[in-house]
Amino acid sequence: MAGMGFAQSIGGTRYVFDDLKTLLARATPFRSGDALAGVAAGSAAERVAAQRALADLPLAHFLDEAVVPHEEDEVTRLILDRHDAAAFAPVRSLTVGAFRDWLLAAAPEAVTALAPGLTPEMVAAAAKIMRVADLIQVAAKCRVVTRFRNTIGLPGTLSIRLQPNHPTDDPRGVAAGVLDGLLLGAGDAVIGVNPATDNVEAVMRLLEMLDTVRDRFEIPTQSCVLSHVTTTMLAMERGAPVDLVFQSIGGTEGVNRSFGVSLSLLREAREQALALKRGTLGDNVMYFETGQGSALSADAHHGVDQQTIEARAYAVAREFSPLLVNSVVGFIGPEYLFDGKQILRAGLEDHFSGKLLGLPMGVDVCYTNHAEADQDDMDALLTCLAAAGVTYVMGVPGADDVMLAYQSTSFHDGLTARAVFGKRAAPEFEAWLTRMGIGADGERIPARLSPALIGLG
Amino acid sequence: MRQASAPTLWRDLRRFTDARVGLGRAGTAVPTAAHLDFQEAHGRARDAVWSALDMPALDAALAPLGAPVVHARSAAPDRRTYLLRPDLGRRLAGHVVLPAAPGSVAFLVADGLCATGVQRHAPAVLERLVPALPLPAGPIVVADQARVALGDEVGERIGAAAVVVLIGERPGLSATDSMGLYITWAPRLGRTDAERNCISNVRPGGLSYAEAAAKAAWLLRAAAGLGATGVALKDEMPAASLPAP
Repeated sequence: MAGMGFAQSIGGTRYVFDDLKTLLARATPFRSGDALAGVAAGSAAERVAAQRALADLPLAHFLDEAVVPHEEDEVTRLILDRHDAAAFAPVRSLTVGAFRDWLLAAAPEAVTALAPGLTPEMVAAAAKIMRVADLIQVAAKCRVVTRFRNTIGLPGTLSIRLQPNHPTDDPRGVAAGVLDGLLLGAGDAVIGVNPATDNVEAVMRLLEMLDTVRDRFEIPTQSCVLSHVTTTMLAMERGAPVDLVFQSIGGTEGVNRSFGVSLSLLREAREQALALKRGTLGDNVMYFETGQGSALSADAHHGVDQQTIEARAYAVAREFSPLLVNSVVGFIGPEYLFDGKQILRAGLEDHFSGKLLGLPMGVDVCYTNHAEADQDDMDALLTCLAAAGVTYVMGVPGADDVMLAYQSTSFHDGLTARAVFGKRAAPEFEAWLTRMGIGADGERIPARLSPALIGLG
Repeated sequence: MRQASAPTLWRDLRRFTDARVGLGRAGTAVPTAAHLDFQEAHGRARDAVWSALDMPALDAALAPLGAPVVHARSAAPDRRTYLLRPDLGRRLAGHVVLPAAPGSVAFLVADGLCATGVQRHAPAVLERLVPALPLPAGPIVVADQARVALGDEVGERIGAAAVVVLIGERPGLSATDSMGLYITWAPRLGRTDAERNCISNVRPGGLSYAEAAAKAAWLLRAAAGLGATGVALKDEMPAASLPAP
């Protein structure tokens, strides 16, 4: 499967790209992580040359040339093993450029049906020759619905992960964050806490507390403590109320190894969660987070650009029928995505790629204080994502995560996006909001949501 | 049967957490005052990222320790390059001459992602740590545009037994002056983060100067016994040996 090489002339200069991964990397719109990895195009002209060469490449070529050798990488083997030739048939004879045109013209049902026939590399390639508007429009056609205790991803809905983190996992501090989010309509995707420590007893205390809150208020949603998968497995063994199993994943075997996971470990964790039978409407029991740059950070990128590796992480995710998947797009730092412009495009690429591959794709619209970005950039990305039909975004009190020390979207931002785009919460959750008397302005907490019920006396 | 207590005001939730809860609403958005509170915190954090070490002031603050103080800089020529190229922040620029001090504990005072905290906290921690060292104190290198791993090259050139890097942590909205301490036994180019021990969140309102210095001295003694730092060296310092803050 060695590369044959690709060439393209622009303005009298002939550019040569040794293999598929080089072609993909040079064709990628500029971002700091690809420059850091030494795989970015050397000039704007070289980038366009690569994009032209990529546009002429038959999609079927992606089934013959792997960007990471299959003998070295279980993610590559998974991608090839799971490829569905029948689903691929409608676009089998197209080039990447014609595939872009096909996606822009096709009906939503046709785009959605394609998912099992696409590989991450095909999707990444199409994204590289798309503008922001294309990424939005095509993603908006994809229909992905998942269920656990409610229904996520129905057309016209926008769900919110309620993220009530606390620097010391103080149960009352977390509970106050949960109640604040519920009062602002958040929590239909999941009530999910990033624990400050991965200690199993501490994780179990948080799991019990979240389950108690859900039970006391009878909320049709699911909870999750985002500890390492092995910690969650131990908690399940000890009888903790685990709804969703969380794990950070990446697009190569090496980056997953750096996260302490493998496909077989994830398979085992999923089986364990399914056996608990806690879902009432469905059995999507996994929750994954990803993000461009993690493979370079783990020195496991094999010379592949960060957007392509990120799309490969979605092949890992879809193997396990997750309830939720989100890219944490701006968290990794400016050496991978330098500013608001790079974060905006990456967030839309990730959402597009995940949706096209059939995932319930959300985005943590976020940045750190050493990135050239601010809340205006997040507003722009959130607005574009809402237009693209993003499945869910984060809800953090006041957009300020006091545990992870980064900024994301607030509960208010979620309400604003719903209001501006006429979006609603998941139907079961929306009915609950109405039942509880949530939504009216006012300084008082509705009696049915009394803080005393969840230990906030 | 559950008995709900009387309704409580939303803003009462603030007493349970420092998170921005109970902000109220202006339509679907946050009210003006809460919006500007956030902008102020972010503005302070942004300024902290772009802050620089005041070398003369630092020299004056470090002079009473009696150790030689040497200025250096990383291979990252400016802040923007520093942010984009972590690899350059891990290597020394040019031909700075570092004094040899074999077998010593060398120090690197580094701006990291925020110079303001280090400027204030590093001299105060060193003043408490230097007298408590299990080995002779080596030189204090002060470096601009520096990452943690710059300590590996600094320590190797000095011939130090260990290097302690005092470095500015990434500013958050609630703390913009945190300092971290990274301790590496037998420093040399190519050491990984798994081979270091870290003490973080040193600042007023976080870990005190005395606690940070005591923990660093304990880790250095344990490292000298073990001949290693990092995952092999667990922080098992008894709580009772911590000085009162």
